Amino acid sequence: MSPADFASFSNNAIAFASIVYAMALLSHIAEWAFGRSVPAEGSVATVEQPVAAGAGASAAAGPPYVGPADAATGTASADSIDDLAAKAQNVEKFGRIGVALTVVAAVLHLAGLITRGLAADPVRVPWGNMYEFSVAGAFGVTAIYLLLLRKYSLRWLGLPVTAFAVVVLMLAVLLLYVPAGPLVPALHSYWLVIHVIAAVLGAGAFTVGAMASVLYLVKSRAEQRADAPTTGYVARLPKAAMLDRLAYRVHAFGFPVWTFAALVAGPIWAEYAWGRYWGWDPKEVWAFITWVVYAAYLHARATAGWRGKGAAIIALIGFATVLFNFVGINLFGSGLHSYSGLK
Amino acid sequence: MSTTLDTQQPPAPPSTPPALSPKELGRWAWRQLTSMRTALILLFLLALAAVPGSIIPQQRIDAMAVSRWQDQHPHLTPVYEKLGLFSVYNSVWFSAIYILLMISLVGCILPRTRIYWRAMRARPPKAPRNLSRLPEARTFEVDQEPAAVLERARTVLRRRRYRVETGESEVAAERGYLREAGNLLFHISVLVVLVGFAVGNLFGFKGGVIVVNGQGFSNSLSQYDDFAPGAFFGPDDLKPFSFTIDDFKVDFLRSGQQAGMPTDFSAKLSYSEAPGQPEKKYKLAVNHPLMLDGGAVFLVGHGYAPLVTVRDGDGNVAYKGPAVFLPQDGTFESFGVIKVPDAMPKQLGFEGLFLPTYGFTMETGPYSRFPDALDPVMSLLPYEGDLGLDAGKPQSVYELDKKGLELIKKPDGKPFRIDIALGQTKQLPNGAGSITFDGVQRWAKLQVSDTPGKGVALGGVILAITGLLGSLFIRPRRAWVRVRREDGRTLVELAGLDRSAGGDLGDEIDELERLIHHDTLQKEKL
Ligand code: HEM
Repeated sequence: MSPADFASFSNNAIAFASIVYAMALLSHIAEWAFGRSVPAEGSVATVEQPVAAGAGASAAAGPPYVGPADAATGTASADSIDDLAAKAQNVEKFGRIGVALTVVAAVLHLAGLITRGLAADPVRVPWGNMYEFSVAGAFGVTAIYLLLLRKYSLRWLGLPVTAFAVVVLMLAVLLLYVPAGPLVPALHSYWLVIHVIAAVLGAGAFTVGAMASVLYLVKSRAEQRADAPTTGYVARLPKAAMLDRLAYRVHAFGFPVWTFAALVAGPIWAEYAWGRYWGWDPKEVWAFITWVVYAAYLHARATAGWRGKGAAIIALIGFATVLFNFVGINLFGSGLHSYSGLK
Repeated sequence: MSTTLDTQQPPAPPSTPPALSPKELGRWAWRQLTSMRTALILLFLLALAAVPGSIIPQQRIDAMAVSRWQDQHPHLTPVYEKLGLFSVYNSVWFSAIYILLMISLVGCILPRTRIYWRAMRARPPKAPRNLSRLPEARTFEVDQEPAAVLERARTVLRRRRYRVETGESEVAAERGYLREAGNLLFHISVLVVLVGFAVGNLFGFKGGVIVVNGQGFSNSLSQYDDFAPGAFFGPDDLKPFSFTIDDFKVDFLRSGQQAGMPTDFSAKLSYSEAPGQPEKKYKLAVNHPLMLDGGAVFLVGHGYAPLVTVRDGDGNVAYKGPAVFLPQDGTFESFGVIKVPDAMPKQLGFEGLFLPTYGFTMETGPYSRFPDALDPVMSLLPYEGDLGLDAGKPQSVYELDKKGLELIKKPDGKPFRIDIALGQTKQLPNGAGSITFDGVQRWAKLQVSDTPGKGVALGGVILAITGLLGSLFIRPRRAWVRVRREDGRTLVELAGLDRSAGGDLGDEIDELERLIHHDTLQKEKL
């Protein structure tokens, strides 16, 4: 294939990936719609792994996701048991379809990313302008979700993750698209490869962490209400303590990766490109701000009065700084890092 | 999570100062400063304080942007200057925050190191009386003798790298001692990075210079266009290297939708490390600096320097050579001036645009269609009078001081605009002289800088990450096994406690149970 063939293949793959993500999103919406009347409570005891006697909140090791199959055995409401069972089956079915579609979309997405790199002459890494950063970043988020899906029973994250992928790919294609081409000279460096992979992974983890933190805030509010509903999306989410723990783990993964991206690989590259490893360029400033805010998040988790809600809010502030750095500084900033490729 | 962390931080200090003697007050203030809560707040302040520097132009990053901003905001400028907003990262308030944070950090590290030193050598603590109250607890029965079960538990725990202490009817075990070490290493490394960073700022320098293709540079203060030394860097510290740009080359993408994007630029240098040293060659490119003793040379930008000849009213050549024009955007439409102090009877000055590939529409006027020099044209306004060079005041070479200058006009009083293509000569009205556009040369913007201490900073961050990984992923936990003979069988109690958040204590205790229980059963069968 010629570079032009790769370029159009890449565009098609990304377009199809967005469509399949959208289908996955619809499927997850259907999953939760069917789940509206299926009670999530009362089925906790039937989760796959035995819940150890005396297990406290910190030990809720079993999968928190209350599978719809389990939900079927839950307390019956006005609906007949059969009806509930049918609905529960639908919940399960659409959930699985959603995950399967997400996998398909991710494969297309990856293919689009790789061919984008092959479309340039000479061949290069597919992250040299904002369109490519967005596509790569969205892939990072889906990849992290899919990799952790099994281990942490993350299907409840399917809805936000696919929604995120759809929105980011749409914005990238509609607003940020530039044709494939070579890199500007400042980006000719293998540190670019390392730096961007780390930044995408770190930011992807922070994104997943932010989703978990939002859901944690919602869920812990719901748990405090006496009349908390027993059906619907919120009721089907894992326990707040579980969400908090997941958020912590994803952030704990993201933080060292971000540290490496922003404070090791970035400065080394900057030293080669501009002769100073740290120059308080707007992009660097915001990468630093992000780092400091997430350091504060990890601190907050160990500070009395800040655990839980306070820490979750700090995590969201951290995510806002990531977004601002990506959107605000790339588009409106004037620093050395202006690679949006847009004019 | 409530069961964890309690041993790792000092108790929260009371938040209001009690009425105390100065000494006690001092101690109270110190405890406040070194508390976790203060560290958290200082971290937030640091993040917040870094924001303005990314929005307001900064003196040390882009001095030209600062003066442009100051011209546009005459009223705000004095206020901003007072607040140090044009050099946020050297300002008193920014420094105050991070210095406080560092003091807090030291005050935090020292006592924790002392505590850790003791804890590291301590034996695992005795089992709590009631094991079933711990976050994870199991009981099971086996037929074996208690001593054999304990022996088995000890082996299992040792193999899983617990430190083990055996009592009469119980085993106490602890692991993950290195987590706190990792955490301390991380925090100490933050200090190391800061020291490296400070050394670079104090003893280093950064200078910028524009060198026209074919011309040379020798490393002394007077040669720099801009120069920012650290507080402890003197001009005498500059090492006497020199170089000449033999050939500077740029390639632009010629076709496709991204036409005009630079694909490569590089400069072939001849350099010498000191006067009298042999000359060597080097190809300087972006991401490919020339490293020399006492500084490194980086290629950071490029532009055009049209070659012009100016004759004065008397017909003598008053100026001949390149004039550096500064690119305004990606099309390399460039702005610049030509100062001709030697022109007689009046000094001459020109101001205007250099367009590497001329284009024209009625709406835009002259513009540059392409960044490469395919059809170069200059569009200039001529001035005559006094350039103001004799006043002794330093002047920018990129601007005309128009106080003593007058625009040369056409007889009808309209400005006389000179649009001049390569090779052409244009006469000025009233016999004021002429200008010839002889050729186009490129220039390279070079940065010369030396940042001592960067090895320290890099080593610091790498240590910090190492410590961080230990701190985040090593799980300090304790486990206890207690045995009791009951009705001819042995009752085994197993319990565990995590001392950090986010672990899978349940899984670990399940696994311990499986190993102790299962293995004991197997032995019974034999
Ligand atoms: C430059 C300032 C600082 C930075 C960037 C920073 C960063 C961090 C980070 C990223 C962590 C997470 C690692 C972990 O969970 O073990 C952490 C933990 C911790 N920091 Fe800091 N820190 C700073 C200053 C301080 C100060 C001044 C104190 C003393 C009050 C402190 C006390 C702690 C403690 C006790 C932990 C352990 C928390 C835990 O067990 O989870 N830090 N710090």
